Amino acid sequence: MGRPLSEWIDRQADRLFILPAVVAILAFSIFPLLVSAYLAVSRFQLTAGGYQIRYIGWLNFKKILTGSEQFHFLGTFAPIPWFAWILPLLALLFVGRGLRLYLTTGRVTVLGAIGRAISAALIVALATLIAATCGPHGGLGTVSVTLMYVVIGVSFQFLLGLGLAMLCAQRIRGRGFFRVVFMIPLMVTPVGVAYTFRMMADMTQGPLSPLWRLLGLGDLTWASQGWSARLVVMVGDAWQWIPFIFIVLLAAIEGQSREQVEAASLDGAGFWRIFRDITWPEIAPVAATVVLIRVIEAFKIIDLPNILTNGGPGIATESLTLHSFIYWRTLDLGGSAAVAYSLLFISTVFSVSFFNFVVQPVRSARK
Amino acid sequence: MKSRLSILTGTAAGLALALTLGARGASAGEFDGVTVNVMTFTGPQIAEPLQRRAPDFEKLTGAKVNVITVPFSDLYQKLLTDWASGTNSIDAAVFAPQWMVDYVTPGYLEDLTSRIAADKDLQEDDVAPFFRDFSQKFGGKIYTVTLDGDFQMVYYRTDVLQKLGKQPPKTWDDYIDIAKAAQGQDMNGDGKGDYGSCISKKRNAQAYWAIISIAGSFLQSKGTKEGSFFDTKDMSPLTSNEAFRRALEIYQETTKYGPPDEINLDVGDTRKLFTSGQCALSLDWGDIGTLAIDPTESKVNDKVGAVVIPGTTKVLDRASGKLVACDANTCPYAVDGVNHAPFAAFGGWSGGVNAHAQDKVKAAAYAFFSYMSQPAQSNVDVTIGKTGFNPYRISQFKGLDQWEKAGMSEAAAKNYLGAIQDSLNNPNMVLDLRIPQNQKYEQVVLDTAIARMLAGELSIDDTMKAITDGWNEATDEIGRDSQLAAYKATLGQ
Repeated sequence: MGRPLSEWIDRQADRLFILPAVVAILAFSIFPLLVSAYLAVSRFQLTAGGYQIRYIGWLNFKKILTGSEQFHFLGTFAPIPWFAWILPLLALLFVGRGLRLYLTTGRVTVLGAIGRAISAALIVALATLIAATCGPHGGLGTVSVTLMYVVIGVSFQFLLGLGLAMLCAQRIRGRGFFRVVFMIPLMVTPVGVAYTFRMMADMTQGPLSPLWRLLGLGDLTWASQGWSARLVVMVGDAWQWIPFIFIVLLAAIEGQSREQVEAASLDGAGFWRIFRDITWPEIAPVAATVVLIRVIEAFKIIDLPNILTNGGPGIATESLTLHSFIYWRTLDLGGSAAVAYSLLFISTVFSVSFFNFVVQPVRSARK
Repeated sequence: MKSRLSILTGTAAGLALALTLGARGASAGEFDGVTVNVMTFTGPQIAEPLQRRAPDFEKLTGAKVNVITVPFSDLYQKLLTDWASGTNSIDAAVFAPQWMVDYVTPGYLEDLTSRIAADKDLQEDDVAPFFRDFSQKFGGKIYTVTLDGDFQMVYYRTDVLQKLGKQPPKTWDDYIDIAKAAQGQDMNGDGKGDYGSCISKKRNAQAYWAIISIAGSFLQSKGTKEGSFFDTKDMSPLTSNEAFRRALEIYQETTKYGPPDEINLDVGDTRKLFTSGQCALSLDWGDIGTLAIDPTESKVNDKVGAVVIPGTTKVLDRASGKLVACDANTCPYAVDGVNHAPFAAFGGWSGGVNAHAQDKVKAAAYAFFSYMSQPAQSNVDVTIGKTGFNPYRISQFKGLDQWEKAGMSEAAAKNYLGAIQDSLNNPNMVLDLRIPQNQKYEQVVLDTAIARMLAGELSIDDTMKAITDGWNEATDEIGRDSQLAAYKATLGQ
């Protein structure tokens, strides 16, 4: 009797050990996710003696997708200007190439094909959405603004982070000092970064105003124009997050085979040739992963647009997270949850697409 | 100068402490061991006097007061979340009385009626009738202690107007005319051109009250009971007509004569611009009057005048939606043919107590608000610019000594207090919106639409449509009949 019991306990040991973690995840992650899912299809209302949460179906989603808040979430639609057609075309090319690569791998599954079809449709739809709202008579909604922060912002951060990592990987004097300096913004809390950047970007009264005046930018009112305000938000975000990309890529570059680089150098290969044929293939999987992590993070941007511009001018710099937050703080908990769930859907599909169309092919190519 | 202000403030605080001890006869240690968590907005105004006087109150009663601050735009929801979730970590709060409806209905706020009736030290009869009878009350009961009197007014630079040969603005057309003439003039002697008008227009801040101040006189002309937000027949918004259009045009035009980044300026920013001498006109609460005499910041001491919010000679005909000329029928309260409708924007920061706090804590929280509001303290605080507190007691309007001691000339004090009194006593005063979820109407729908218009995202027609549709949607979601009943009740209909 004693032996079967101890054997049973042995068999259950792994489950028992993992149980506290499962309970903690259920309590702190899954439970709030379920509650917010319920809130997304409900209306919260204060009533005598407390509050009431009433089921209203898909009305919160209808409001942001086709109703009175469509301008806020999706944007204001207008005829697509000729130059903006390039966005859906680029998206088509991107997903077409990704699908072709997938179909030629010989490992096609039904689930994989459905997933990629959803990803492809969403990417083309989002690109078309931006094209249809970015014209002179249109207006970008929070979905498009967030995508800009993700696509343009992260691309810019990646290129600069890679450049800095390449520089600091060289045997130059003082590179240890520069490594530490480049890391500093990463240590600062995002709100601190936002306030610091707000001071620095104040053209008329900020500490850098003499410099801006010297450069002829003293009268620039970036906060009054949508595109310049978005640019300032992206520059602030880059200032904070380039160090993260820099440090990861620097580790990858320094981890590459020195023999190969030295041999190529001895054979007369130049910097770009070495980078293209040796360094990039070596660091590409790490680069793809670091971009994926940044993409997921960038979808959640809130501190900078909230503190720099409060989402303005108009709604020009408002991200999806800030959109959700503004609903929440004015008691529209259902609307807030609906925006948050839409963000979850878009960021998940986008990140999975990035993994399927970029990260995986890069890894496969290396093997 | 700075030390003079410190001495003045210190002496006043000491005197106030002694007076309060004597008047109230409070036993030291009455609230020994009691801690009161009070939430308000980041400020520094409003939070400053609470933080400065909390140690004095602790010495007096033994109660420790923790002042917790959050950004203005978060305050409403932070309080609701804490109280609705049953966390109750906040024992009391200093907030906008117009939010009271959302806190009282679910039972989060303590009824203070009997406490105030029994509190002689508070001198409730000294509180101006508007705050005593309207701002503090909901459903006939008192839920807050007034700490601040809020009316928006127009401030002007007396020296600039004199130089331009202009009179203080009586109408919004006058305001535009002065702003246009003053734009680009050097008003602070730094050799650079300054601004005709400085109005805070930042989104998600406190800017949305300005458009109501401008629209008020166009929309309401037959007395406070008429209301200026909705038609009292069917709760349809008064935001899609010639009157509101004209108000939007004026608001948009003021931006032409403002600082280049005006749409990203909060009230603190425009106040600094005004007191540093860079603006000819401003639309603001009472704060500029006292900030202008702050020797540490102001360059415009004794150069500032204040007037009741400008009015208009044409008002809305609600039947046709058109503007019609003022006459004895359309504008019964007009002065010299100009209809004024001063706006009690916000209603003045007020203290309320969490109904679910412990009894001893509730008593201490109330005692703290009473202490803050008693004339010994408040009559000093309203004269200090950085407190953010503006006059709301009758004694604060009568005694000029306290204003002169604070550094205001007699003429300036009379002018400043006169402008507030003109607003307070006006039978056509515009009451702020106090229906359930009023924050959604003003801070979300109105604020977003106005911000989009200023950013060039919406035309004036589209702005009117966005506000009208948004308000109608909110009304239908919450319940048109109940909202109409609540609206009429706040107007006394």
